[in-house]
Amino acid sequence: MTPAATVGSLATGTVNLAAESRGFLSPTGVEVVFLLVGLVTFGAAVVTVTTRQLVHAALWLVVALGGLAVEYLLLTAEFIAWVQVLIYVGSVVVLLLFGLMLTRAPIGRSPDADSGNRWVALAVAVAAAATLVWVVVDAFRTTWIDLEGAPAGSTDVTGASLFQHWVLPFEALSVLLLAALVGAIVLSRKAKAGTAAGGATATGPSASGPSASGTTDAGRDTEGTR
Amino acid sequence: MNDVLDVALRLLVVFVVFLTFPLIVGQTEHKVMAHMQGRLGPMYAGGFHGWAQLIADGVKFAQKEDVVPAGADRRVFQLAPAVALLPYLLVLLAVPIGPGEGAVGQVLDAGVFFVLAVMGVGVLGSLMAGWASANKFSLLGGLRTAAQLLAYELPMLLTAASVAMAAGTVSLVGILDAFEWWWLPWQITGALVFFVAGLAELQRPPFDMPVADSEIIFGAYTEYTGLRFALFLLAEYAGIIVLCGLTTVLFLGGWHGPWGADGLGWVWTLLKTAILAFVVIWLRVTYPRLREDQLQKLSWTLLVPLALAQIALTGIVKVVFL
Repeated sequence: MTPAATVGSLATGTVNLAAESRGFLSPTGVEVVFLLVGLVTFGAAVVTVTTRQLVHAALWLVVALGGLAVEYLLLTAEFIAWVQVLIYVGSVVVLLLFGLMLTRAPIGRSPDADSGNRWVALAVAVAAAATLVWVVVDAFRTTWIDLEGAPAGSTDVTGASLFQHWVLPFEALSVLLLAALVGAIVLSRKAKAGTAAGGATATGPSASGPSASGTTDAGRDTEGTR
Repeated sequence: MNDVLDVALRLLVVFVVFLTFPLIVGQTEHKVMAHMQGRLGPMYAGGFHGWAQLIADGVKFAQKEDVVPAGADRRVFQLAPAVALLPYLLVLLAVPIGPGEGAVGQVLDAGVFFVLAVMGVGVLGSLMAGWASANKFSLLGGLRTAAQLLAYELPMLLTAASVAMAAGTVSLVGILDAFEWWWLPWQITGALVFFVAGLAELQRPPFDMPVADSEIIFGAYTEYTGLRFALFLLAEYAGIIVLCGLTTVLFLGGWHGPWGADGLGWVWTLLKTAILAFVVIWLRVTYPRLREDQLQKLSWTLLVPLALAQIALTGIVKVVFL
């Protein structure tokens, strides 16, 4: 949702069709920084999926998501950047770490942290990346976004474009989230009824220790929906 | 050149505030707790009422050996205190203490989101510490920290959103510019929810389950010694400053006061922040620790509905009366 909103706000904002007058061989400072941060983000993302230390993977994910927030900032999309930090770094990664702490994740390498699906995963990732890159390249081609002047990604502009041009996708997404929420509640109720002993660990006054790897999912679900 | 000097000066002021205010709160806590419990507290260091006790504590921390447990994840373990402390320094940059753009470290377009986002990052430090220590008690502390954050982040966000709705802006400076005195009764529910949720996010008593010393020693910080431990303590006190400052700015009108708002606005901000900090200390001495299930219940069954009700009220008043 957020990248689409950025793209939308930028497309409707101050956009110049002046790529011809700008060379790709004389980059400005912002462009250089954008590229470098992008490389760091990419590197962190690659380490996230290749490292065998589970918690390190989660922490590298913080670097990747933070790098993405910096990229949004460099594109003057300040609101999107802070929401990125708030939702992904502040909540999603905390949820991930919470889940990992309930597993047997050891300090150091996990011997079994190796999936047989790695080539399928790589193919899916490459296909997804190719699709996204193609969409963005095809949508913008030689459009030049002028970062000078009034920021095209300020809260004001983002809000206006989100609730004027993109309000239908926004509402559809919120219905999707609501469905996911209801689904999570239903699943956790069912799990509790099925395995009363296993699902109850997270509700007791003493949180389950590192050995309770079997209850990870039930614990996470009840935690998220309570 | 003037711009560079201006930026440098602002950064310096924020940094000095960051270094001194938490210490002042710490010393106040020593004294207030002592008097509330009918004792004197530290009285010797420095002569007058033991004012230099914190400096002595700092020297003590600096002298201690910096131990990293053999089984720990060294780098994550060593990085954790910095991750816990630095976000609060960044938040202070965005908190306005007086009217106009001269009295804030950096004017941000989406200030409310910035401060809440960055405050949430600080908790990662505790999680890293809890996991990397290779200690059961640390892990339990980390788990409780995460559970607590997940529960209390939501009411905080919702109440902050309510204020942003009332002001029609998400900029902290803009919210203060739009503030009227009758916002106080209008947003009082939100203010209470925000303050309580903030206390829980800082793991201050009565929400100090993650560091409950009688159960899990000192939670995620059990294995820390010396300066790194001191950094975690400093993060807690810096967190008090940030929380009280934010509550002041969002709900209590910041630099607005009954009189003298033009020249002495910053005095009002500091006064309100100080009173709130006193309340934080007061609560620590007064209330027993909440149990883990009580913690979760308080958030999900009381604070979240109250925050939603506040948003509804804000929306109705905004649409019908303004």
